[in-house]
Amino acid sequence: MPMPDGTSEHLDWLESEAIHVMRETVAQFDNPVLMFSGGKDSLTMVHLARKAFHPATVPFPILHVDTGHNFPETIDFRDTLMEKHDLNLIVGSVEETIASGRAKEEQGPDASRNKLQIVTLLDTIEEHGFDAALGGARRDEEKARAKERFFSHRDRFGNWDPKNQRPELWTLYNGRSGQGEHFRVFPLSNWTELNVWQYIQREGIEIPSLYLAHERTMFERDGVLLPKSPYNDLREDEHYVEKSVRFRTIGDMTCTGAVESTATTLDEVIAEVATTQQAERGARADDQRAEAAMEERKREGYF
Amino acid sequence: MDVLRFTTAGSVDDGKSTLIGRLMYDTQEIFEEKMEEIERNTQREDEELELALLTDGLRAEREQGITIDVAYRYFSTPERKFIIADTPGHEQYTRNMVTGASTAELAVELIDARNGVLEQTRRHGFITSLLQIPHVIVAVNKMDLVGYSEARFREIVAAYKDFADNLDVQDITFVPISALKGDNVVHHSENMPWYEGSTLLHRLETVRTESTRNQVDFRFPVQTTIRPHQDFRGFAGQIASGTVRPGEEITVLPSGHTSAVDTITTLDGDLDEAGPGDSVVLSLEDELDVSRGSMIVRSRNKPDVTRQLDADLCWMNEEAMRQDRPYVLQHTTRRTQAYVSKIVYRTNVETFHREEADTFELNDIGRVEIETADPLFADPYKINQATGSFILIDPDTNDTVAAGMIRGVATDVTPFGEQPASEAEDEPESSPNVVWEGLQIPREDREAKNDHKAGVVWLTGLSGAGKSTIAKAVEERLFDADVQTMMLDGDNVRHGLSGDLGFAPADRKENIRRVGEVARLFFEQGNVTLCSFVSPYQEDRDRARELLPEDVRDRFLEVHVDCPLEVCKERDAKGLYAKAEAGEIANFTGVSAPYEAPTDPDVVVDTDTDDVEACVDQIVEVLQAREIV
Repeated sequence: MPMPDGTSEHLDWLESEAIHVMRETVAQFDNPVLMFSGGKDSLTMVHLARKAFHPATVPFPILHVDTGHNFPETIDFRDTLMEKHDLNLIVGSVEETIASGRAKEEQGPDASRNKLQIVTLLDTIEEHGFDAALGGARRDEEKARAKERFFSHRDRFGNWDPKNQRPELWTLYNGRSGQGEHFRVFPLSNWTELNVWQYIQREGIEIPSLYLAHERTMFERDGVLLPKSPYNDLREDEHYVEKSVRFRTIGDMTCTGAVESTATTLDEVIAEVATTQQAERGARADDQRAEAAMEERKREGYF
Repeated sequence: MDVLRFTTAGSVDDGKSTLIGRLMYDTQEIFEEKMEEIERNTQREDEELELALLTDGLRAEREQGITIDVAYRYFSTPERKFIIADTPGHEQYTRNMVTGASTAELAVELIDARNGVLEQTRRHGFITSLLQIPHVIVAVNKMDLVGYSEARFREIVAAYKDFADNLDVQDITFVPISALKGDNVVHHSENMPWYEGSTLLHRLETVRTESTRNQVDFRFPVQTTIRPHQDFRGFAGQIASGTVRPGEEITVLPSGHTSAVDTITTLDGDLDEAGPGDSVVLSLEDELDVSRGSMIVRSRNKPDVTRQLDADLCWMNEEAMRQDRPYVLQHTTRRTQAYVSKIVYRTNVETFHREEADTFELNDIGRVEIETADPLFADPYKINQATGSFILIDPDTNDTVAAGMIRGVATDVTPFGEQPASEAEDEPESSPNVVWEGLQIPREDREAKNDHKAGVVWLTGLSGAGKSTIAKAVEERLFDADVQTMMLDGDNVRHGLSGDLGFAPADRKENIRRVGEVARLFFEQGNVTLCSFVSPYQEDRDRARELLPEDVRDRFLEVHVDCPLEVCKERDAKGLYAKAEAGEIANFTGVSAPYEAPTDPDVVVDTDTDDVEACVDQIVEVLQAREIV
């Protein structure tokens, strides 16, 4: 599908900005890491990191927080990618966090390991002494993220204080931090969901099959279409149905909802995204809990 | 690249969030989920669809109903993609407006039609000008609440233009809107048939976005070195400005060593050329000492290499600036220690007056000199934003405390109200080279003897407005009351003191400077001096005012002798308008040169409607109120 006028130039601009931010991260910090979820934004990030440091290899490790509730497709895809590009993978395990007693599993039918990831993430960051964690979050995803900086300062407890962020002017990123503090860095801040898809298509970035329409056993809960998995039990009045679906984000099987779709190619996905009327994270049950759900998780140190 | 980055500014209740909500709603960028949320919240609070709920993101903001931090929004139309920096208009958040403005190509200034131009509007205008945003759209909002009145709109346009004359903004347009009802935002309004201009969105879609990046001067700040193996050594960076090709001769700063570009490397292959904004890796033909903070430039086009900056600075931290401690200055990819070596002046962003200052506090803006430990490779901000901007960082808290815009290399500009350290003066007109401590008889003693205070009455207005007539009448009245007076007017100074000057803007400026200095001398002698000059530029009149010591500056009365141009032309006692219109006189104010009406006059007398006696009464009353006579 040909892109609309100006789109490719716009993608060039976004790409260059992201590369600039990644290089600033490497130059300003001693020990950065790239947070990886296996989703399309992470894959875009890995691609950009390769571009930023070519012909050298990516100079930082890749950190995956494994909740133990991931789609099996995600893990396979991750391992293939790491091998192909000679990347250094570090896995933080939520299972281990729970086993060590540092966090307790949520109970009840809506239980999710989403909040537990925060503990594992912060533990892993501390254990390895990472002073900057690169993430693929975008400002258009959710309104708490609309106010995020490229270089986002976190205090010693990994917390984000939205009222006390450093002003960020021009392209001058201030990454100076005190002892024990770290930064989150978001090179894709100015990208939209559509930009990510257009970029994936233009650059020929490989993505997991979950993003394309496929037949899957699903059930509906609170208006969200969730996949059948070993980690979800049906409640009363719920039942499994076979559907043609695709995922717009990839998180845990417990809380990542799908949209009904017949888009089996990138072109079709892009066409669908361009006309869709439902926000991307709308299919995430974890965001629907409270109006300020994301803001609260971000304050505590979420991705 | 068809993307427009714009910033929005306005006061808390001007409806800024509603406008952004409206733009996104009418261009269908609002998702179903968000619409549901808005409806949920709206039912809780009031009946109207609260578009603002879309954009007021953080919980604290929703609770307070105001926007407290810069938020970035994205929407697109078939014509263009848009990135909005939604910046709060609340007074204490000026720093956020500066932040949002630093990356914007256009500013939308919202004005509540009921309130008109406020002090805040002036502050935003000033920041827009300081940050060199090329385009401004003034959106006069809430037109529905003023009955869609054309007269009200015209009034606000005139008031805005009045102060905007003092700003350095290339392009200003005005659109009457109602963000809440949707008039003239995306769709043309049926309620304002008198408005024939574009809708706000159409203007956003069609404004020309000539790149704000400098295309000419090649500047490549090195971010990091790339060394995959022994045979390749590359330098990664984003081209700040200009273009580069393999084979071109370059110089590396600070070493000054020269070489030539070997390759421009990317993952997609080597390039034949790269331009402003491109992130690339350069390799050179020779092995030179290059590392982060170096800058690669073309050998025949170098920036200033300096440790002394003359800069405009916006202070963004709760803790005030200190001159006795170092800050970390970050400029391109370089960091160095820096002291603020001198405060030249602080600008009052509401009156645009320059003030003497000992420090800058949160939201203060002014001109300073900065001395750095290592040299910087700098261009003036007006020519090159990427190499003309810097931030200051507090080395203890690591906070970003100030944003700076480089004017050039500092040449020891004398601070406001101080004696210059040397004879070498860069800008004599902005440096009142006067110290009065040495006077044999202080002014206060003369004033006591005279039994009145010293003062300056500055009458400005078009030729033929009646300035000299009124000045003479005021002087007579004062003289009769035993006041020491002196009269200066165009005719007497231009024969002698300014006999060498013409009427070009620079000459007018110099003429007014001389008159100001003379008025100051008479002031120190205890006189009430009447100055009657067209003095068309606000800046020049401000400078004359600022020549007086700060504590008695309220004894400078700027009197606007106001009279419609048509009436002045009819009067035309000296036949000058006729000559000017015939082209026989160049640069004639009101005909072929502009007149800037005072933005904040102390007295306005209307010689079209009032007689001379009434005008004199008005002026004498103010002289009495200020306890001068």
